[in-house]
Amino acid sequence: MLDVLVIGSGGAGLSAALAAKEAGAEHIAIASKFPPMQTQTTMAQGGMNAALGNLEKDHIALHIDDTLKAGRGLCDEEMVRLMCSEAPQSVAWLEKLGVPFSRIKTTENEALSTIAQRYLGGASVKRACYAQDYTGLKILHTLYDQTRKYNIIYLYEYFLLDLIVEDGYVRGVLFWDIAHGEVRTVIAKSVILATGGFGAMYHNHTTNMYGTSGDGIAAAFRAGAMISDMEFVQFHPTGLYGSNILISESARGEGGYLVDQKGERFVDELAPRDVVVHAIYEQMNKGNRIYLDLRHLGKEKLESLLPQELALIRLHENIDPVFEPIPIKPVVHYTMGGIDIDKTMEIPTIKGCFAVGECANSKVHGANRLGGNSLLEIIAFGRIVGENATNYTHYVREKSIDKDYAQRAKDDIDNIFVDVHKPSFYSLRQKLGECLYQNVGIIRDEFNLQQALQEVTLLQASLSKYGIGDSEFKHNQALTEYLELRNMLMLAPAFISAALVRQESRGAHYRKDYPKMNDKAFLKHIRLHYQGEMYG
Amino acid sequence: MDKVLIKMMQNDKETIYKVSSKQTLLAALYEIKETQNASLTFNAGCRASVCGTCAMRVNGREVLACAYKPKEGDFIEPLAYHTKVRDLKVDKRTTLDTLVKAKAWLHHYNETTQLTPKDEYLTERQSDCIMCESCYSACPVFAVNSNFIGPFALTRAYRYVEDRREKSTTYIIDAIQNNGVWDCTLCGECTIACPKGIDPKNDIVMLRTKSVQQGYSDPNFSFGFGTPDFGRDFGFDPSTG
Repeated sequence: MLDVLVIGSGGAGLSAALAAKEAGAEHIAIASKFPPMQTQTTMAQGGMNAALGNLEKDHIALHIDDTLKAGRGLCDEEMVRLMCSEAPQSVAWLEKLGVPFSRIKTTENEALSTIAQRYLGGASVKRACYAQDYTGLKILHTLYDQTRKYNIIYLYEYFLLDLIVEDGYVRGVLFWDIAHGEVRTVIAKSVILATGGFGAMYHNHTTNMYGTSGDGIAAAFRAGAMISDMEFVQFHPTGLYGSNILISESARGEGGYLVDQKGERFVDELAPRDVVVHAIYEQMNKGNRIYLDLRHLGKEKLESLLPQELALIRLHENIDPVFEPIPIKPVVHYTMGGIDIDKTMEIPTIKGCFAVGECANSKVHGANRLGGNSLLEIIAFGRIVGENATNYTHYVREKSIDKDYAQRAKDDIDNIFVDVHKPSFYSLRQKLGECLYQNVGIIRDEFNLQQALQEVTLLQASLSKYGIGDSEFKHNQALTEYLELRNMLMLAPAFISAALVRQESRGAHYRKDYPKMNDKAFLKHIRLHYQGEMYG
Repeated sequence: MDKVLIKMMQNDKETIYKVSSKQTLLAALYEIKETQNASLTFNAGCRASVCGTCAMRVNGREVLACAYKPKEGDFIEPLAYHTKVRDLKVDKRTTLDTLVKAKAWLHHYNETTQLTPKDEYLTERQSDCIMCESCYSACPVFAVNSNFIGPFALTRAYRYVEDRREKSTTYIIDAIQNNGVWDCTLCGECTIACPKGIDPKNDIVMLRTKSVQQGYSDPNFSFGFGTPDFGRDFGFDPSTG
């Protein structure tokens, strides 16, 4: 029996596993559907906030203030205080593990004081610690190396099917073992969900990986957890039109213009992110195509300032930004909502089951996440949740599971294999992404949301008419993607409902029919509860 | 749209698909999976060349599928020297274990070290590694010695050896003597294959120097074969097998 089972091998999961080790847990395993290190964390570039004050005078109180402001009243102040005050220690912890943070020269005689910090949007000072342009990647890889040092078990390519919950206590987890094509039951004293967000729901309109499908959120939801703040989905203004690859804000920072097809500018490019996003969306709704125009900057300047961006644009859009404007659109890149957790990061209705990172709603981001706080959240809270989950194990008796949950899961999977050659389910994934982007995008209203709700409900109902097109049990990638889609289709109606209920505009959630913030009615979290079938 | 034919081995049969040359190979693979053959199996993640998942071989050369445009007649294969599990997908468990063989991590943190920008640059390039394992697939030593620790693990080892926060590099240097730095033939295929411009060959040369400083010597010298002959003919030394 495992002491702590972590699901997800991103920054949150690895931090939690290492913290569990430090707290004395003996048998720890990390399960993930992909090989370790194939996670969303690798894509985080900007940095990780911590009020070290290495470049400018800073204070934890200022960091708390900035975070609360960005969250538009929806943050849990106590959690924000906890995260921000843990930030310097979290950086110190990473420093000890060997993260190669970028450095500045300094005369002070203390290791942390040489860490460089940069400015990210919404911060009042230079507060984000970074490791060149690969902050997430380098943090993640250092954490991975440490998990190998401490011999933490990896359950390689285990797809989370369901949590096993009895009498309100988590007993274990059902997985689909992708390599062997079998259902596995893993029994653990405590379980930590660190499975990431659900941005992949916006298929073809997101910078997220294909696999960011909210599997953990869906499993917890089915098992009786509440989910909250699902309506808050953050968009980035400049994704490449065809490939959704992110073009960093630095392109506009260096003087790039946003223009329509006639070459006319329509917004101050350096306005806050949500303002720019709204302006672009309004234009697109009028039928205009939007471009990022860098031509006036000249070849020489572009080559020296934005070499990475140039390469990505040439590769993915088949155009040369030196001579042509770049087609762009706003794309989804972070989901603020998730599994509702208490202050110890435990799911209140499932004892012994914790959640952390983008899959959890710890309420530190509120209606709008501050840049640099997502890496901080996964490290700071990852460490705390690892310790909490370990402490919890001391109160758990060894107990076997009575019922054969695996059989039920196996029947479910077998059912998918009954007729694999029905029409391919992949078209549904396209439709889901298109439907959400058009109707539950940057600007929403009652009519669009109702339409989306109807459409996703239909998609959900029609899923059984589609097949996976691959009859092998072992290494069945189509099956994995089918299960992901099923999870997304399960979450979609819930999250659209939340957007319908919130009849106001706040942070990332903008309702055309209710353009003002309404504190009186909506200074609260919208929590949802699943009333479908579940194991038990 | 310009369509080109690409070939690959599927279920031990050569299969040909028609795909657009204007999209990346990864996008093309997804197009095949979604519209032509849902059973085509490969690994993929971020689409932006940072997660390191979609490395494969095209015409015998390692590429990231998300950063390569298909051309007429391209032959697509999974990475070499990995356990091939299905179509273009390989199992990376064994290869990841080379990191454990090399003990490539920070062993003992030195509390008093104060890093400078210069120290950062010492390991910047090595820590850019995205673990795509292209270098491993390109390394001819594996043809004769499957126990070789291999390029990315050695680059990773070097990254920690060069980290001034490490109190003692002994553990790592000790760990990379057998099937490690001396088994490399310095053919440089790893360096050519790396999509991130990392130079494992040079890192291995540096690790040899560090090993000598720690009292180790090139075992190839002690066999009495005279001057070791690296890189002859096939790019590896047949006598090491």
